[in-house]
Amino acid sequence: MNDALDVALRLLIVFVVFLTFPLIVGQTEHKVMAHMQGRLGPMYAGGFHGWAQLIADGVKFAQKEDVVPAGADRRIFQLAPAVALLPYLLVLLAIPIGPGEGAVGQVLDAGVFFVLAVMGVGVLGSLMAGWASANKFSLLGGLRTAAQLLSYELPMLLAAASVAMAAGTVSLPGIVDAFEWWWLPWQITGALVFFIAGLAELQRPPFDMPVADSEIIFGAYTEYTGLRFALFLLAEYAGIVVLCGLTTVLFLGGWHGPWGADGLGWVWTLLKTAILAFVVIWLRVTYPRLREDQLQKFSWTLLVPLSLAQIALTGIVKVVIS
Amino acid sequence: MRETLREPTVVAAGYFESYSVVGLLAVVGVLFVAVAFGAGRLLRPVVPTPEKLLTYECGVDPVGEGWAHTQVRYYVYAFLYVIFAVDSIFLFPWATVFAAPGYGAATLVEMFIFLGFLTVGLLYAYKKGVLAWT
Repeated sequence: MNDALDVALRLLIVFVVFLTFPLIVGQTEHKVMAHMQGRLGPMYAGGFHGWAQLIADGVKFAQKEDVVPAGADRRIFQLAPAVALLPYLLVLLAIPIGPGEGAVGQVLDAGVFFVLAVMGVGVLGSLMAGWASANKFSLLGGLRTAAQLLSYELPMLLAAASVAMAAGTVSLPGIVDAFEWWWLPWQITGALVFFIAGLAELQRPPFDMPVADSEIIFGAYTEYTGLRFALFLLAEYAGIVVLCGLTTVLFLGGWHGPWGADGLGWVWTLLKTAILAFVVIWLRVTYPRLREDQLQKFSWTLLVPLSLAQIALTGIVKVVIS
Repeated sequence: MRETLREPTVVAAGYFESYSVVGLLAVVGVLFVAVAFGAGRLLRPVVPTPEKLLTYECGVDPVGEGWAHTQVRYYVYAFLYVIFAVDSIFLFPWATVFAAPGYGAATLVEMFIFLGFLTVGLLYAYKKGVLAWT
């Protein structure tokens, strides 16, 4: 019974994190973007600096009519948002925020492997949406999404493999356990490659060619309305949380910090994740969108060679020191 | 490598136990989506009109089918990806043992052979002009 309660509590916490953290990131994006652009952002909803803006948005989305185009593949069209969203929920379970078994949803032996595999499924949602909409813009967006996944999954995988080599394990808590401060300069190339490739997989600016609004309306999500559209947006922000959390755990030492490693480790994890999420927003405001061919070229001619070089470096250093 | 071979059943048992929690969470997720869609059905209006259900094409009547013939320009990338990804998957089991005592130098040479293959493949693709836009 105690075990069951323990599991239920873990699932509940993961679920609550899954529902709240993306909203916090979204609200932060509203405000940070606004201030970077010399605006105020939402100020009305909730009274204090528009803190309840996303709740208001949610209420609005829930009341909107759910339009499925007559020409669409109905079932697939309706299922797509769920397929896009749920993988990120599963990934959250495996991300440790503190030392020991108490601070992670579930310790998975094949952590890195599991996480990368499940994250790849999320893109399937966009593909389903793009194809099932029977809309030319959606189809273009869906194909671009697929091409982007193909290009950026690889450097992401190689960069993660580099950390697994350094730690000698693929378990996420195991990797953070093995972390030393000098891994930071050692794995910096891998970290950058992982983070950038992750951004591209989330189709965040400057890699938002698949949803380029000034060009193909909103890519695969063009035909979506109401709640289903909201779920796609939630998936994007859940993806940011997951990506920042993973980068923290794999490359930035997770719960390790200059002080307070015992007891306050989770604060470090959350702090690093929050800073990375801020960087994600910052990049969106700073850089213009990459053109489709630039996007492909960037991955194949820069990120992939860099990640291969990182693996070579990791291998040599690891064998020399052991 | 040697350790895992000695007691395969024990490893497998713990492995699946931890994934049962993943399965439970997946059930929670599916329930969440089902409840959200169900509640949405109760909350939202349903007033379909033929115009509303028309495929969106910048406000004009759609031309032809949505599932139009498209030139998939990225298919070569798909080939490249499959080749590379299948190779990279093998990095992970190898990564966990390569620096273990008694492996060191030999696995490092192996790694460079592996990286060499990947690099040559990439250079070949580059030389063939696959990575440049036409």
